[in-house]
Amino acid sequence: MDLNTLWFILIAVLYIGFFVLEGFDFGVGMLLPFLGKDDTQRRMVINTIGPHWDGNEVWLLTAGGATFAAFPEWYATMFSGFYLPLFLLLAALIFRGVAFEFRSKDDNPKWRNFWDWTIFAGSLVAALLLGVAFANLVHGVPIDAEKNYVGGFFNLLNPYALLGGVSTIVVFLLHGALFLSMKTTGELAERAKNTARRLWLPVVVILIVFLVATYFATDLLARLGVNPGLIPLVGIVALVLVGYFLRKARLGWAFAMTSVAIAFALMTMFRILYPRVMISSLNPDWSLTIYNASSSPYTLTVMTVVALIFVPIVLIYQGWSYWVFRKRIESKSDALTY
Amino acid sequence: MAVLFLSRLQFAATTVYHFFFVPLTLGLSLLVALMETLYVRSGNEVYKRMTKFWGKLFVINFAMGVVTGIVQEFQFGMNWSEYSRYVGDIFGAPLAIEALLAFFLESTFLGVWLFGWDKLSKGAHAAAFWLVAIGSNISALWILIANSFMQQPLGYVIENGRAQMTSFFEVIFNPNIFYMFPHVFFSGLVTASFFVIGISAYHLLRKNEVDLFRRSIQQAVVFAAISTVVVAINGHSQAQHMVEMQPMKMAAAEALWETEEPASFSLITVGSLNGDSEVFSLRIPRLLCLMAYNQFECKIKGMNELQAEFEALSGPGDYTPPPVIIYWTFRVMVGLGFLMIGLALYALFLMMGDMLPTRPLALKILQWALLLPYLANTAGWLLTEVGRFPWVVYGLVALEDGVSTTVSAGMVAVSLIGYVLIYGVLMAATVYLLMKYAKAGPAPVHETIPAGEELPSLVGAQD
Repeated sequence: MDLNTLWFILIAVLYIGFFVLEGFDFGVGMLLPFLGKDDTQRRMVINTIGPHWDGNEVWLLTAGGATFAAFPEWYATMFSGFYLPLFLLLAALIFRGVAFEFRSKDDNPKWRNFWDWTIFAGSLVAALLLGVAFANLVHGVPIDAEKNYVGGFFNLLNPYALLGGVSTIVVFLLHGALFLSMKTTGELAERAKNTARRLWLPVVVILIVFLVATYFATDLLARLGVNPGLIPLVGIVALVLVGYFLRKARLGWAFAMTSVAIAFALMTMFRILYPRVMISSLNPDWSLTIYNASSSPYTLTVMTVVALIFVPIVLIYQGWSYWVFRKRIESKSDALTY
Repeated sequence: MAVLFLSRLQFAATTVYHFFFVPLTLGLSLLVALMETLYVRSGNEVYKRMTKFWGKLFVINFAMGVVTGIVQEFQFGMNWSEYSRYVGDIFGAPLAIEALLAFFLESTFLGVWLFGWDKLSKGAHAAAFWLVAIGSNISALWILIANSFMQQPLGYVIENGRAQMTSFFEVIFNPNIFYMFPHVFFSGLVTASFFVIGISAYHLLRKNEVDLFRRSIQQAVVFAAISTVVVAINGHSQAQHMVEMQPMKMAAAEALWETEEPASFSLITVGSLNGDSEVFSLRIPRLLCLMAYNQFECKIKGMNELQAEFEALSGPGDYTPPPVIIYWTFRVMVGLGFLMIGLALYALFLMMGDMLPTRPLALKILQWALLLPYLANTAGWLLTEVGRFPWVVYGLVALEDGVSTTVSAGMVAVSLIGYVLIYGVLMAATVYLLMKYAKAGPAPVHETIPAGEELPSLVGAQD
């Protein structure tokens, strides 16, 4: 395996980490105003992700930085090409990020309500746009011979991409509901579990529709044949198993299954891309690949050494931070931080 | 051209705004880590309350630094895609390393610290905050390594129509970083210590929590006295490096149109309206030589000669940064720097005689001095970045060659207006919260929940 492939995999891993981790805190954010029926419950909801959401978001920042370092042309084409959606994504992440911090700092109900809905909207818009962006990556976008994106804003809002956005939202909702049911107690945990039960079937249906649509919207069929291979099937099976574990009230397992489903859905997308990183819908030869978009072998070598040393360290301490906060959040308001 | 202008404006606006929060994060993280260490060592509850009080202000500020920092990382690709293509092989690496080494560290351990008061041992909890402080400052180091390449490109070769890294060590040990990082690091400490001094002065004036704020101000005054002086000494060597590497920046900072030997320092200079000649100037002979070379004899090239040199080297064009901006930002930065040295030493003098808490006038002045580092930081950053004109990467990539070609002026206008609105709203909320918590003071001894976070039962249900 060459370094270009290694970095393609590493960036895929970073995005998978981001979707699995920030996925549940986006879901929790979207569910916040609906599942938290009073201020204590809303505080409980926020406290489940309080110690983690910022660290989770760094997976996206690191994925962006790694893309810049390893594939500068990919970074340049994608970030300038998806300009307005990315601006909206940034606006959503900015508002959502400060909302967690600001909400608890004033007890005026209007103030708190405003930031609760900000968290909701920020999570929703971010999830939608991430889904739209990834669907567009596998669908292909107009890129010319000079590696420039030549489509407009509305090219990115095609039906397939919007379906990708909706799929991302509903998966994150299920993922977040399961996380809440696992991390809270009492009435709130019960409500989160019921929400997950109600969401499960629609999510399975939407995801299967999205997978089928992927056959038509991408070159998956031409490249890999009718049999989608093991990866997407594992994703679908995991999603089906969520329903089984929910019925058995094995919430930890159910949450693990949504994590697997999200990870395998993204693996499918990266499998479709490889060895391309951005597909040109104008001419296959104009696609950006892990070779024509990459950094020099020297830079890739340097970055490989850095990544091999520090990625394991990050995984260890971030994992440890989840272990520190492994307990469920009680509904005793004076024990809540936020 | 409109795209270039709007993109520059947006980068300047978002960077200056981001840099309102960064220096306080860098410095205050260390001060709070020290407070908590004192608590762990002494077991004295007052240090715990200090940690919590200043920690709360830290966190509000930190959140703003984090969210505005995401914009910074994305906009190289969004607005400066051609720049990213051309130097991404070098410039992307420090950014990725910053995220991997610093962002994960600071955000993970801040979460642990905030929510882990009753989950970790005292020592481990303090260690978590040290990791936040280390992470924040490592982040500054790597972004300044990236910026150093833009100021003085080293460790690359032009190949395959772009710049490619040839030596990682030359990139990370760029001579600039030895001036820039200490300057930013100690400016962070200046900002944080004046922040702590200002708010402590406010409370001491009102005889509020005298013990706690006396300890706070004592710690901060010591840091202020040391770091203001270090920033100045370091700034002096940085300017000497600048004379060698970016002579145009120095000429503009001194409003020196014609080459001078020996060179004089400008006390006040008024230029013509179009900024290309001198109308009136009051200058101290030879002082600039002393500043630039530590001697009385020297020759400093003026903007006109440097402009001619650049034209001969890189073809016709405008190579002179706007003298008005460079001249005044330089003076604001240096002038405020000296003012802060004076204030810090005066406060140190009063403190050693234990007179500080009883001098209302001094306290009133120190309270308002909180704003000075913000002005100086902004001026310094503008000087560094605007002074690089007309280059994105000094001598290598011109501004117009770096800007995105597929992004229209309308799109940049939309995002620029968007950022101004969002950042405006958030600035209002941040200042409101910081003032509210700063004025409220630390939580009462008997409970751990600060004012404003009363039990929800007092607030009532809300749907």
